[in-house]
Amino acid sequence: MSLLLREALLSFRRTPALSVLSVVAIAFSLFTVGLFGLVALNLRQALRGVEERVEVVAFLFRGTAPEAVTLASQDIAQFPEVGDVTFVSEEQALAQARRELVEFKDAYRDLQVNPLPASLAIGLKEGFRDAAHVAAVAERVKGFAFVEDVRYGRDWVERLDQLRSTSTIVGLLIGAAFALVAIVIIGVTIRLTILQRAREIAVMRVVGASNWFVRGPFLLEGIVKGLLGGVLALVLSYVAYALFRGNGSGPLAGLVFFQPLHMLALLVFGVALGLLGSLVSVGRHLQDV
Amino acid sequence: MIRLTRVQKAYPNGAMALRNVSFEVQKGEFVFLTGHSGAGKSTILKLLFAEQRPSSGEVRVANFGVHDMPQSDVPKLRRKLGVVFQDFRLLEDRTATENIAFALEATGARSDTIPARVMRVLTQVGLAAKARAYPRELSGGEQQRVAIARALVNDPVVLLADEPTGNLDERATRGVFQLLREINTAGTTVVMATHDLDLVRQTAYRTIEMRDGGIVFDSAADAAEEP
Repeated sequence: MSLLLREALLSFRRTPALSVLSVVAIAFSLFTVGLFGLVALNLRQALRGVEERVEVVAFLFRGTAPEAVTLASQDIAQFPEVGDVTFVSEEQALAQARRELVEFKDAYRDLQVNPLPASLAIGLKEGFRDAAHVAAVAERVKGFAFVEDVRYGRDWVERLDQLRSTSTIVGLLIGAAFALVAIVIIGVTIRLTILQRAREIAVMRVVGASNWFVRGPFLLEGIVKGLLGGVLALVLSYVAYALFRGNGSGPLAGLVFFQPLHMLALLVFGVALGLLGSLVSVGRHLQDV
Repeated sequence: MIRLTRVQKAYPNGAMALRNVSFEVQKGEFVFLTGHSGAGKSTILKLLFAEQRPSSGEVRVANFGVHDMPQSDVPKLRRKLGVVFQDFRLLEDRTATENIAFALEATGARSDTIPARVMRVLTQVGLAAKARAYPRELSGGEQQRVAIARALVNDPVVLLADEPTGNLDERATRGVFQLLREINTAGTTVVMATHDLDLVRQTAYRTIEMRDGGIVFDSAADAAEEP
């Protein structure tokens, strides 16, 4: 084991420039993945706030019996998608309108008759706040005789859906592309090390070193480079995060950084890239020397 | 110890490196492989340490069948062999001691046994005083002695030497050859490829002469045919 480590570290000492270059290259690849991860993380955080406001509003016919509404509320609350059902009376609706729509404050104050209908505000459980589920709930609620109309902001629920799937796809694509770049870079640097150490490898082979003994140092080298690259990428990500967040008072003050589990995942990802890059390179080039 | 039976070796371009080569080497023998460059000497040595596989025929070395052994067994065979090359193949950035120790480390020897074993072979090749010298600080003959020490340190049953004196002057050649004879006297089978006919004529060792990938002369076979 000590020999394995010594041989792996020897390559760092012999070719410091090349080793630093490859670590930096890996770091930048992972940094890009990390940056995208931060964007995705914050986007998801922001979306979660928006999502909580996804609700179906059922406007009721004027004069609907309160008992019927209560029964229906209990019924709707039993839908698997539904989180909570709130009855908003005509008076509450007016009070809310006066509170929220400041521009029309005067208009609402002088009214003789309340023009606003009573309604049921139906909140959805997490995981059901997408266009298909919202539409299904709306359709079923529409079936109640006393429901005059159902609104749920179809447009922006659908847009939310798109944003979610687009950000996932773009994230995966960019992540995969940069992971590939990192693998290629690691593979190339390991290949250079292999060529540079062709003599040693030839000697090891001739004296009867096992294949894994010959490969071990290169695989370890890839792992170490991946790990160092991952650490550097985390540092860079934090610097970028700190720069964007500013001093904590700007519009981006609410940005969040990775949880420890995310950081661990990035490091593990770096190690996996390093190992994969060196495995590919060792498999392809070790036969030639 | 070594047996080749109707061995053929074709290069990828179709050229024949070896044609129908058969011979046997007994334990403790010293055998010269001679012939011009390209005659097939090196190819035979490469088959013997499984650097190459025969296209057809059988190659047996120290109870291993090189013609049909799995790749994973190749290291096991090589640990029973010592190989010495014309260009020494020492690692330039390591001392004589480190070069020899490397062969032990690479085959997983216990680290507490390494210094004593290295010193023993260095003494055997007469270089105990230069244990800490780097290859560039040694003469050609001394470098080849370090290479031989490295080949010996795993106690091989067969020592393969491919033109071991090819890069050496006459004096160094005599010294290295004498060392190989001593190793043979101690019981190790030695197969030495060389085109130095003066060296061959000095001794009565068995000689196999190659030409165009075939054996044209084998002193052992000739001796057997005599009445």
